[in-house]
This record gives sequence, structure tokens and C-alpha cells, in this order.
Amino acid sequence: MSRNFAFWPIILVLALITAPLAIMYLFLAIDTVTTSAPGSFWPTRFTLEHWRFLWDAKLTGDVWGPTATTFIFASTMVVIVLTVSSTAGYAISRLNLPFRRLFLSGILVMHAFPAVTLLIGVFLVLQFAGLYNTLIGVILVKTGFSIPFGVWIMKGFYDQVPWEIEMAGVQDGASRFTVWWRLILPQVKPGLLSLGIFVFIDGWSEFMLPRILAPSSNFDVLSTYLNRVSDPDTAQYNFNLVKSVGLFYTLPILALYAVFQNRLMNIFSGGTKG
Amino acid sequence: MQVTLKDFTKAFDDLVVIDKMNLTVKDGEMLALLGPSGCGKSTTLFAICGIHRINGGQILFGDRDVGELPSQKRNVGVVFQNYALYPHLTVFDNIAFPLSVRGDSEQAIDRDVRAMAAMTHIEDLLHRRPSQLSGGQQQRVALARALVRKPDVLLLDEPLANLDAKLRLEMRSEIRRIQLETGITAILVTHDQVEAMSMCDRIAIMNKGEILQVATPTEMYRAPVSKFVAGFLGNPPIVMLEGRAEAGRFAIDSVSLPLPARLASTPEGTPISLGIRPEHFGREGAEAISGVVSFVEPQGRETLFDVTIAQGVVLRSIQPVRSDIALGSSVSWVLDTEHLLPFDANGQVL
Repeated sequence: MSRNFAFWPIILVLALITAPLAIMYLFLAIDTVTTSAPGSFWPTRFTLEHWRFLWDAKLTGDVWGPTATTFIFASTMVVIVLTVSSTAGYAISRLNLPFRRLFLSGILVMHAFPAVTLLIGVFLVLQFAGLYNTLIGVILVKTGFSIPFGVWIMKGFYDQVPWEIEMAGVQDGASRFTVWWRLILPQVKPGLLSLGIFVFIDGWSEFMLPRILAPSSNFDVLSTYLNRVSDPDTAQYNFNLVKSVGLFYTLPILALYAVFQNRLMNIFSGGTKG
Repeated sequence: MQVTLKDFTKAFDDLVVIDKMNLTVKDGEMLALLGPSGCGKSTTLFAICGIHRINGGQILFGDRDVGELPSQKRNVGVVFQNYALYPHLTVFDNIAFPLSVRGDSEQAIDRDVRAMAAMTHIEDLLHRRPSQLSGGQQQRVALARALVRKPDVLLLDEPLANLDAKLRLEMRSEIRRIQLETGITAILVTHDQVEAMSMCDRIAIMNKGEILQVATPTEMYRAPVSKFVAGFLGNPPIVMLEGRAEAGRFAIDSVSLPLPARLASTPEGTPISLGIRPEHFGREGAEAISGVVSFVEPQGRETLFDVTIAQGVVLRSIQPVRSDIALGSSVSWVLDTEHLLPFDANGQVL
């Protein structure tokens, strides 16, 4: 690619702005495996003691329970969001629904709505349904907040599938369901994959809802666990330990991003090729 | 299988696009629905295969009324303009799809797919995906997929529109060959008169939701029922002159041209549109017309001349290549009086 402007000044400016964040990230990683003298910036000794929380439950409490819970939390979200979005997106894209326009604008509004403002209503509903302070309740609420986004994205992907493919399937004698399952769904697979990853990461990072909707429950997700560990008023407080837990918490997301970054890009460019 | 449309009516919301159309396609025949864009030919096609719901009348396959049946129960094969192959499936699986939906056994599917691939000459491509095929090959796959179920009717929606000129010639004869070999009743939708004339047994020409004439290509070319039909068929197109009857002849401004003998007693002053095909000027006939060559277009085997016979009155002549006539030459060429096509003020043939 040829450029009609100099590249390095832009890189320089961007690098300067990003530097504090990048450096802190780097030290987050370095600090988890080193110790440094009090008040000093530079590490003096390599150690794995900050990672003892992985097997020593006495330190911060068991970390694997919250990890499993977080995984269940995020995976359940993925399953529900994908199921609902892949069917609802199809219906909105292709079927002659009554109130289709209303539905579409509703979805957009829901997507743009700050979830926090709904919390009181959500709290009342959960309380009424007996799901307050339960994992299921939190999952349902978080999933509900994610579905409008999912439906909208999937509608975009379905819109890109030529209608002739569908008509050809119908002419070939297949039912509408068979056509959807065997011919259309494979065309939107890239969309499903990106949406799945996106929702998983979203669920994995969720902190606010478990914190507010299940404050006194007997389960932790990693975000609330990290929050507890990083409370400086505890006797065990150790800053490098907090950093280790934090890094442990971000690792899966970094890995997902690294592997699937191209896939995640096309969720915003809105569709498949070919 | 004979296909019959009886009083077929189609409306989109309140707009009636096709009102009480009647058409019969004979068993084993290939019929072209020919017309300009927006004339309702594709709408008719989609109604026959069940994509569009009909608003009135009947669609009969043989004696069976399929007008209210869903597409899946009509047993129609369709080739779409963009082929609509399934991009994620191999050629084999594309062709096998209709059979596997029907629940055929593996062996039966394998046998039928291979037989159909042999007929359409795509045996070597069965393991490829649609994106790895050329336009002509995709067309063959689409044909094979449409025919593998042995449908009652084959519908082709502008099947050659997406091909380049050379492939179009090849696929034209290929589609016809396959249609003749299978003996299937076929309906071809096209806006290209050459396609319609070269591929089909009969042509139904449509305009504004109406069928104007159904005839064999030769008949329709020779004896069009209206000005529209005459203008739609023929390349280079017919020349249409607007004038009136005067003493048994056709008069336009200062020019007087002969009319066919049967119109000798036309009342004075009757408005007439006179259609003159390029091959009926400058070849044979009784009356010579003189003028000045105002345009020469060599077409290889033939040469097309524009001859101005008076201010604003231009006749066209197509002749075997001749180099003796240059731009600006004065010529006196004969007009084939009995083959002229006169139409009345409403565009109906006289």
C-alpha cells in the first residue's frame, strides 16, 4: 500500500498517548512474577509466590470456584443469546412479521439504553420472581441486556444472504425450517462465531450485575472475587497478589482476542463474504 | 406436463400488475416469456413456482390445480438469474440437496446426481465449491440441481443474463439440448429477443402485464400483431414511419410509399404507421426508392445502411457486404411492398 502522508508522526503521537497504559499493563504482568523493594519501581527478584493463590485457598479463598462460576455464567449467556439471536434475527430479516418496524426500533432503543437505569425495575422483578441473590437471576438479566445487540447483529448478517438461496431451497422441496437450518445458518456462521465470542467476553467481564443483584449470595464470579481480594482493608492485602489475580482474570480474554481478532472485526463491518 | 394459466391475476397491495392472463404451455415445449423490464414476466414465473401468491385464477399442471399449493408441493425446477447455488456445499451436495430433502437413499442420490452431472457435462467438478466455478459451470450446476428431481416444469429466469457474450452462445444451445433430451416442459423468462427466438418453440410476448401475442419465433417475426411486437423483435430493429393513407398509398410529408395490395381501399387520410424491416429494402421488390446514404455500419458478414429519402425520413437496409456504396452516395433501391408491416393508429396490424 502506498501512502500519501508521512506515517511516523502519527505513530509517535499515538505511542505517546498510549504509553502510560501500555507500560502499566507491562508492569502488571512483570509484577506478578517478581518482587521489588518498597518504594522502588524496578523488580529485584523473580518469584512465583504471588501465584500461590492458584492452589493455596488460605490466601484469598478458593479461586477455581469463581472461575467455574464465571465460565458457566458466560457460557450460558452465549448459548441463550445465540439461540435467540439466530432465530429472532432471521425472523426480523426475512419473515413478514406484524409490527416488524416497531420491533426493530424497540431493539435499537434497548441496545442503546443504559442498563443501569433499569436496575430498580430489574431488582423488583427478580425479587418478585424469587431470583434475587441467585446465579440464575443474574444470568437471565445479563442475557436479557445482551439479546437486543445479538438480534441486531444477526439481522445484519441474515440481510446479506441472497434471498434466491432461500427460494431455491424452497423450490428444491425443503421446508422453511430445513432451509434455515441447512442452507441459511451456514451462511451466517461467521456472524454466530463472532457474536458468541463477543458475548462470552462480555459475560466474563461482567461485574456490576452480580455485585448488585446478588450481593449476599454464596457464589462469586471472578470479577467480584477480584474486587474482594483487592479490598485494602484485609489482613492479607498484597498488591502483587491482586495483580496476579487480575492477570489470571484477563488471560482468557486476551487469548480469545488474539485468536479471533479478525472474526471480531467483521461483527462491525456487518457481514459475510462470498 | 402441460401448464395452463387460467385468468391468472396478480396484484401487489392494490396495484394489479397482471389481470386475467391466459396462457397454455404444451407438454414438452419450451416457451419464452419475452418483454421489457417491468412487464410482469418474472412475476408470472414466480407465481408459477409459488414464490408469489396468486390473487385470482388458476395455475394447472396437467389437470392438477397448483395455484394454492406451497412451492414445496409443486414439483417445479427453477434456475435463478444468479444461479443461487449453496456456497457452503460442494457441487455434488448442491445437486443432491433436493434428493436428500426428499429422503432418498444414499445410493439413489449418488446414482441420480452422477447421471445428471453426466448430462450437464460437469462430472469433473463434483467435488468443487460454487466459488471455484466459472459462470457457465455454475449455470450447468444450477440446471442439474433444478432437473435432478425430475420436475414437472422447468422455469428459467434470465438464465443467460450474467454470462459474457461467448458463453451465452454456448449455454443457449446447451440449455436447449438438455431441455430436448429430458423432454421437460420449460418456461424461459427473458428480455432478449435473440435468446427467445433461438431457444424456444414458441414465444409469448408481454407488455404491461398483458400477453400480446403467442406464436412461433418465425411467425411472430413475419406477422407481428402490433407495432410493439414488430418493434421488439428484429435486430437491427424495424423502421417505423408515421403517416397517412393517400390514394391507396402511404404518404409522409412529401414522400409517397407503396402499401401492400390488400390495403388499396383504405379510406383517405387514415393515420398509418408503416414498419419496414431492413431486409425488405434494397434486395427485391417492384418499386424503387431513391435517396442518399447517410450512415454505413459494417457488421462483418453484412453491412447496414441508413438511406435518407427526404428530410427526416430515413429507411434502413441490410445487405451482404458491398464496398461500392460509400457515405453520401445516391442510391435507388427497391422496396418489397408485400412484406411491409402497416399498423393503425392504435398500433394494431392492418
